Amino acid sequence: MNVPAAWYLVLAALLFGIGAFGLLTRRSALIMFMCIELMLNAVNLTFVTFARTLSDISGQAIVFFVMVVAAAEVTVGLGIVVSVFRRRSSTSVDELSEMKG
Amino acid sequence: MIASAYAVPSVLVFVTSALLILIGALGVISVRNPVHAALCLIMTLFGVAVAFVAQSADFLAAVQIIVYAGAIVVLFLFVIMFLGVDQRAHIHFEPLVGQRAFAGVGVAITVAGLIALMARSHWVTGAVSVSSKLSNGSGNVKELGTAVFTTYLFAFEATSALLVIAVVGAVLLARRERSTTSEEAPQ
Repeated sequence: MNVPAAWYLVLAALLFGIGAFGLLTRRSALIMFMCIELMLNAVNLTFVTFARTLSDISGQAIVFFVMVVAAAEVTVGLGIVVSVFRRRSSTSVDELSEMKG
Repeated sequence: MIASAYAVPSVLVFVTSALLILIGALGVISVRNPVHAALCLIMTLFGVAVAFVAQSADFLAAVQIIVYAGAIVVLFLFVIMFLGVDQRAHIHFEPLVGQRAFAGVGVAITVAGLIALMARSHWVTGAVSVSSKLSNGSGNVKELGTAVFTTYLFAFEATSALLVIAVVGAVLLARRERSTTSEEAPQ
């Protein structure tokens, strides 16, 4: 018998918490993107756990789409990081305090 | 006691994936070098892939390795190398007083509330097998393909448009502006 769904759900909640903490405390834009990836993976793990427990394929299909959206998000986000770095020579989000180029 | 209640292999797989996920995630938020953070991220992604396989989502595990560990992390590493490894960032320097403490308290409250909420509501409730049933014990590749190309066909087509838009946007964002000015310069 497989381990109960609760174990995986708690693990996903912890992973989400770690990702959220990193997002709130780290200042490098690249590390913040990695933390967003951690949070997305936590949600994916939750979806797959629910899909397994409720025996429903929709959870896995939605994880598939989350992965696609994550890939698109990383592409655009890193493009923004690169163009900000060209202008500022830094990836620290604290130095982007004013809204002018 | 745990080993007697559940099959030993599944417990071992869970512990392995949990260790990979948690150690990798803590590494991402704590190491100073962004390259090491990207490698820790790969560790977490592998752990999640192990958890996917353990829960009969074989195709998603393969996609997890190929797309996340293969493409997204390589993109991260490429950008890190492109920008130069920045180790000047001081992890222990806080521009906002108490930012770390507030973040820790907020995250702890959120996670504790989430777990308490799930524990109170018997973890997983709801209708079983609404859209399509999972096949027992196999990888569910066939079921997933059927769902994506029938029930979720519109979402699938929308994601293809999204990917094209993302690629065009990334090219526009990362392109050097100098190329347009140099074309205008000789006139």
